[in-house]
Amino acid sequence: MAVGVEEEVKSLVNFLGLPAYKVTTHGDLKVPQLQTSNGRTLMGLATISKFLAKSSASNGAKLLGTSPEEHAEIAQWLEYRVTVVDRSVEKKDVQAMLKELNSYLLDKVYFLGFHLSLADLVIYHGLHPVMCQLNFYEKQQYQNVSRWFDQVQHYPGVQQHLPKVVFVRNSLYTSFDH
Amino acid sequence: MKLLTDSGNQHALKAVIAANITGTELQIEEVDQASCSGQLPILELPSGKALFSANLTCRYLLGNKDADDFQVDEWLEWESSQLQPFLAPYLVTCIGQGKKDSALLAAVVPLLEHLDKALKDRQYIVGSSVTSADVVVWSALFPLYGDSSKLADELTRYSGIVDWFQNLSTHEAFKSAIATVTKGKGVSACKAGSTSSELSVSAEEVTAAISAFKDGKSPKPWIRTHPMFCRLRNWNTLYICGTDEYGTATETKALEEGLTPQQICDKYNKIHSEIYQWFEIGFDFFGRTTTPQQTEFLADRFVEGTCPLCNYDDARGDQCDKCGKLINATELKLEPALSAFLNTIYPTDDWSNNAKVITRSWVRDGLKPRCITRDLKWGTPVPLEGFTEKVFYVWFDAPIGYLSITANYTDQWEKWWKNPQQVTLYNFMAKDNVPFHSVVFPCSLLGAEDNYTLVNHLQATEYLNYEDGKFSKSRGVGVFGNNAKDTGIPADIYRFYLLFVRPESQDSTFSWEDFMTKNNSELLNNLGNFVNRALMFVSNFFQGVIPAVDVTEDDGQLLAQVNRELQAFIQCLEKVSWGGVGGGNQYIQGQKPWVLVKGNPGEKARAGTVIGLAANVACLLSVMVQPYMPATSNTIQQQLQAPAEVNILTDTFVCRLQAGHKIGKPSPLFQKIEASTMAELKKKFAGTQMERKEKGQKSKTAAPPVQNAAPVKVDQAEVDRLTAEVQKQGDAVRQLKTDKAEKKLVDAEVQKLIALKQQLAAAKGENPAEIIGGKGKKNKKGKK
Repeated sequence: MAVGVEEEVKSLVNFLGLPAYKVTTHGDLKVPQLQTSNGRTLMGLATISKFLAKSSASNGAKLLGTSPEEHAEIAQWLEYRVTVVDRSVEKKDVQAMLKELNSYLLDKVYFLGFHLSLADLVIYHGLHPVMCQLNFYEKQQYQNVSRWFDQVQHYPGVQQHLPKVVFVRNSLYTSFDH
Repeated sequence: MKLLTDSGNQHALKAVIAANITGTELQIEEVDQASCSGQLPILELPSGKALFSANLTCRYLLGNKDADDFQVDEWLEWESSQLQPFLAPYLVTCIGQGKKDSALLAAVVPLLEHLDKALKDRQYIVGSSVTSADVVVWSALFPLYGDSSKLADELTRYSGIVDWFQNLSTHEAFKSAIATVTKGKGVSACKAGSTSSELSVSAEEVTAAISAFKDGKSPKPWIRTHPMFCRLRNWNTLYICGTDEYGTATETKALEEGLTPQQICDKYNKIHSEIYQWFEIGFDFFGRTTTPQQTEFLADRFVEGTCPLCNYDDARGDQCDKCGKLINATELKLEPALSAFLNTIYPTDDWSNNAKVITRSWVRDGLKPRCITRDLKWGTPVPLEGFTEKVFYVWFDAPIGYLSITANYTDQWEKWWKNPQQVTLYNFMAKDNVPFHSVVFPCSLLGAEDNYTLVNHLQATEYLNYEDGKFSKSRGVGVFGNNAKDTGIPADIYRFYLLFVRPESQDSTFSWEDFMTKNNSELLNNLGNFVNRALMFVSNFFQGVIPAVDVTEDDGQLLAQVNRELQAFIQCLEKVSWGGVGGGNQYIQGQKPWVLVKGNPGEKARAGTVIGLAANVACLLSVMVQPYMPATSNTIQQQLQAPAEVNILTDTFVCRLQAGHKIGKPSPLFQKIEASTMAELKKKFAGTQMERKEKGQKSKTAAPPVQNAAPVKVDQAEVDRLTAEVQKQGDAVRQLKTDKAEKKLVDAEVQKLIALKQQLAAAKGENPAEIIGGKGKKNKKGKK
């Protein structure tokens, strides 16, 4: 679901405190393209996000991780966004994806553990339309995803123009068949 | 490093080629796609985490050499998000199955054209040498272009691709990777297409689960490093705690109670110790800091040392005898050592986040001198001339208590505390104690330069609040350790609840209502219900003897699910997973053993399998809950007459209770906590403020007293049906509200919901009258 990918790039630019860039989209899949200050073009959301983070000396570098392992981990989640999240349209695919993420996020505050990284930002944007559509039962069913999502959307500077997704802290439903 | 892959997976080439190029040692393990929850291949990283992206694995194994090259980024993204979605189905159908499909081919063509164009007059996709772009795209196209003798026309027209592909095929790294991954069979070994990731339990998972259960063997137990689990996992563990007794607070309390500080400490050490015993916290030793060992430790190590300026061995106090210089030993000598230590901690997940944050803020501005003595009487006297009237500051001496208390327990204390290579040290505390454990104490240990074990895992919790305020001993608000026993609610329930609401990344709240709900739903209705049912069946229909278990495909589903939960449980030690229980209850429900037992011998045997399995699940659960609820665990095992050997946690579910094993007498594990009890407790621990509140409020309609009759026979099917109805209706109501439907309509549906909830309560044998209206909507005033 690449609708609004230009907005997303803008949002990331703002978050990182960077000057504006020219962003266009191409083809049916609305692949984003960004033009850099020296006239180069970069294609693809994962590539662009990484480039922006790298361009922001103070804020960005941390978001990319501090070790080769972390770089790789973050990059794999960027890839996940464009291969899995953006392609999960059917209900069963969305549910499968949420289940997978829910399991992954069981013991993590953020995708990489304890620190916000680019992975969180990019997956947050990717999942936003999905989370908006979930009812409270489903939000509780995927409670780790919900917890993580709520955490990220409250992180200063992240939410910006996107509507806030509402979560309820208390368990509304007492038993779940796993 | 290890690469997990299934046989003939061309994506494994991405990793193997990269490893070959950099000469990285890569161990390849062949596994079934079905037994892995992620898409293969998977790379196990040195830290224990794993990478599930073949492309990023490739890049990582190439040493991130092209990490800064955005063109490579673009090609990797292109391969995963543009090429694969169309290449994969084409490979499966047209190559794997040999069927012609012009639509699939047509979808692939523009992608091949794009690549071909980019490769015009180029040897490598990016730059002038092999990058991960080449490795990744080459591997993806291997099933298509890998057999140069069998290239289809529609592929050979892309001469750019053909030349580039064949050139790379001559590289040693590529050649050798082909041999490894395809085991010498070349393209034919490839499964010609990626399997779709099946997230519900798959056939292979089921088969694996069944054989594991039957074999009774389990592969190498998961190596985890959490102390609560260490014993179950057969690690040698030492669990030490004690009362930290020196300091101003003690002196003050002593004055208050008219006792000497020593008497106060004796009194409270005993009380604390008893409370911990009641809670069944299994310390190996619960000690105290007011022992001779403590004084010895303090005196010995922190007064003698090496002068940092002239290396004189016997410096004391704050002036070196030899060179006469004043010593500010702490910050000069220790800052680099401390930084080095902390720099190994920050990048990992070994410390909780708040611990790292707090530590950083202490250290960020450089270590400052801190006063380590106080002018008090109650404390360890400073053994230095001129300082003997002072005592050590409590937070300086307290952590040494860990060592001295260990020394009180065993004279082999050095095997724990001077053994960082073999010992993993965990500290658990609330966040306000972090700096002393993360900065002050490590500095002392580092400064002593005596190979002391430093804290590897520092777990700091946030604050636990009470109801809508804070715990306060002085105002009598909140239930404290010594009160818990008097409530008559067993320790296990408190343990369970406190772990459930443990404030890990943010403050949490102890709430009686929540406490009651968790007990009644999670423990009583879920865990207790399942275990009791399973055991009652064995008792009533099989004369208390575990029947023969003949596992079928159906059962395999349950087994595979249990394995999943077990493995997730082992990985996530702080959260208790009830998945196995939910699945277990569903399983019994679905298989209907109460019907089967009355049938023909075949059906009876089937019932036997179902119940035998259920009993084994109950046994597994008893082991899993042991660190959380030891008494309950014990009770279940008693009722099962389970042998002590069951208490090892393996990573697959194995049959522990064989056919013919005689169980004991089943009996309910948990008691319901009534709303009235909850209300009483809430009132009792509300302090004096609550009384004032109540006087000003109209009393709510009291529910009629609940009959304490003999347990009502519950029709589980009816309960399940009504539960589903309630959920459905609840969703409907929410949807109406979201859609801002007409108030009359919403109210009507809400009434339906309430009625359903009351029916459900009745079906469960509860008091329907307790189901009062929805969530108390406030009435809005407003113009219509």
